[in-house]
Amino acid sequence: MPGAIYAEGLVKTFGDVRALDGVDLDVPEGTVLGLLGPNGAGKTTAVRCLTTLLRPDSGRLQVAGLDVLKHPNEVRRSIGLSGQFAAVDEYLTGRENLQMVGQLYQMRARPAKARAEELLEQFDLTEAADRTARTYSGGMRRRLDLAAALVVSPPVMFMDEPTTGLDPRNRQLLWDVIKRLVSGGTTLLLTTQYLEEADHLAHDIAVVDHGKVIARGTSDELKARTGGERIEVVVHEREQISVAREVLAGFGKGETTVEEHTRCLTVPVTGGAKLLAEVIRELDTRGIEMDDIGLRRPTLDDVFLSLTGHMAEEKAEEKAEEKAEGNGDRQGQDRSKGRQKGKEATV
Amino acid sequence: MSAMNDSLVIARRNLIRMSRIPEMVIFGLIQPIMFVVLFTYVFGGSMNIGGSTDPDVYKNFLMAGIFAQTVTFATAGAGAGIADDMHKGLIDRFRSLPMARGAVLTGRTMADLVQTALTLLVLAVVALLVGWRPGFAEPTNFGKVIAGFGLLLLLGYAFTWIGALIGLTVRTPEAATSGGLIWLFPVTFISNAFVDSSQMASWLQPIAEWNPFSATVQACRKLFGDPGVSPSDAWPMAHPVWASIIYSVVIVAIFRTLAVRKYRRAAG
Repeated sequence: MPGAIYAEGLVKTFGDVRALDGVDLDVPEGTVLGLLGPNGAGKTTAVRCLTTLLRPDSGRLQVAGLDVLKHPNEVRRSIGLSGQFAAVDEYLTGRENLQMVGQLYQMRARPAKARAEELLEQFDLTEAADRTARTYSGGMRRRLDLAAALVVSPPVMFMDEPTTGLDPRNRQLLWDVIKRLVSGGTTLLLTTQYLEEADHLAHDIAVVDHGKVIARGTSDELKARTGGERIEVVVHEREQISVAREVLAGFGKGETTVEEHTRCLTVPVTGGAKLLAEVIRELDTRGIEMDDIGLRRPTLDDVFLSLTGHMAEEKAEEKAEEKAEGNGDRQGQDRSKGRQKGKEATV
Repeated sequence: MSAMNDSLVIARRNLIRMSRIPEMVIFGLIQPIMFVVLFTYVFGGSMNIGGSTDPDVYKNFLMAGIFAQTVTFATAGAGAGIADDMHKGLIDRFRSLPMARGAVLTGRTMADLVQTALTLLVLAVVALLVGWRPGFAEPTNFGKVIAGFGLLLLLGYAFTWIGALIGLTVRTPEAATSGGLIWLFPVTFISNAFVDSSQMASWLQPIAEWNPFSATVQACRKLFGDPGVSPSDAWPMAHPVWASIIYSVVIVAIFRTLAVRKYRRAAG
C-alpha cells in the first residue's frame, strides 16, 4: 500500500529544463522524509506538484490516499504547506492572518478565531498577536507561516526549506516544533539543503540532484556509504609526519592520507573513542607533539560529495533553478536573500 | 455558498489592508481631484461643447468624464495588489487551501468596488463644490443620479477584472501599476470624456463613439442632466444606458473567465 505521500515517475519540464526527471517517493504514514539537495535540484518543484500548485507533465501522485491530479480540492483539505518564504499577509496582524486561513479551510468564524488563539499560544506569538506581521522578525514570520499551515492539524505536511535563512536559535525553535508535530503522528515531507537538518529531523532521506533521486536511505545508511569513522591528527612539526604515519598505519583500516602543508593525517578506523585513546597514548610514547586529534564521523556533506562528486552548493545550478522554476522575478529577490543567509549559516 | 464566503473573507482581508495603507487611498483621491481642478480652470474657458464656450458648461460636461476615468483607474490598484500577492507567495498559500477557485480574485474586486465607491463619493462632493449642478442642461431626479453612479461602479468593477488579469500576467507589482495605467490613457482620452467627440477627426470619431468607456460617460450625462450629450446615431451613443450595462457585463464575463483560468494555472 502506498504511503501518505506517494509519487511515481514524476516528471516536470520548464522549457528545456527537466526540473523533475522521473522522481519516485514513498513516505509511510507518520514518518518524515527529508528531501535533500542543492538549489535547483528540483525539491521545490516536487513539493509544488504534490501540493496541487503545479501540474506535472507525467507521473502518478497520491497524498493522504487521494489522487492529487483527480481530486486536488480534497487533497488541499488534508495538507498543510509551509514555504521557504513566509507567506503571510504583512498588513494583517498575526491573529487576523491565522483566522483568515482558518476560514479559508472552511471553518466558521468563531472556531477559526479560537483555533488562531491556540496557535498563537503554541508558537509563542501571543504578545505579538495584534501587531501587523510586517513588524515581525524573520523568525516570528516563519513561525506564523508554520502556524498557518497547521490551522486544521492536517495529517500530511509539506515544508519547503523551513529554516533557510534563520539564525541558529530560531532554527532550533522550529526544529522543536517540527519534532513535536511528528511525534503527534503527522506525516511530513521536508526539503532542505542543510544536511544537518535532514540528519536531525528525518527518518528517511532522499538525496535529489538534477531532478532525480540519486540515493535514499536512513541517515546512518547514507553515512555508511562514505566509509565510517576516521581519526584525524595534526602534528606540531613537519618532521614528525612520517613517524605519526607509521603509528596510524598500525591502527587504521585503510590507507592514511597526509596533507603536508597542514600537517594533517587522516586514517579510517573502527573502534571509536576507545581506539582514539590508544592512538593518543601511542603517539605520546613515540614523542610526537599533537596540535589536534579527533575522531571524525562522516557528515551528510561527505555523503553528498561522494554521491555527486560536487559540493552541495554550485553556482550553475542556482541559475538553472531560477530558470527551471519559471518564477522569473517573483521570488528571485527573496530567494537570493535566503540563499545568502543560508551560505553564511553553513560557513 | 462557500464561494461567496471565501470571497467575503478575502474582500475583508483586502479592506483591512487598505485601511492600514491609507496613503494609497489618499493618493487615489488626490489624482481625480487634481483632474477636476485642472480641467475646470485650465481648459474650462477654451472648450467648445455643443457650440458653447461657457466655462460653466464645460465644467458640467466634464464631471461625468472625470468620474468615469476615476473608476477605471482603480484597475491599476487591483492589478498591483494581485501581483504583490503573487510576489510574496500569498497566492501559493491561497491555492494550497481548499477554497473556491475564483474567490481570491472576486474578493479583491469586491474590495476595490468598496474603495471606488468611497472615492466617487468624495469626488462627487468636490464636484459639487466647484460648481457641478446635476440638471444643469436637462431636468433630472435623485433616482437618475444614483442610477448614473451605479453605472459608474459597474464599469469600475468590470475594469478591475482587466486589472486582475494584468496583475496575474506581469511579474512585479511595479509592472502591474504602470502596465495597468498605460492602456487607460488612450481608452479614456479617445472618448467623449473630456472633449466633444463629434469634433474629432472622422477616423477617430467612430472609435470614440463605440468605446465602452464613452457609453458610460454618455449614459451618465443623460442621467445627470449634464450638457454635451452626443447627438450621434452610433448605437452606443443613442442607447447609452443599455450599451453601458452590456459592455460592462461582457467585460466581466470575458476577463473574469480569463483571470480565473490564469489564476488556477499560472500563479507562481
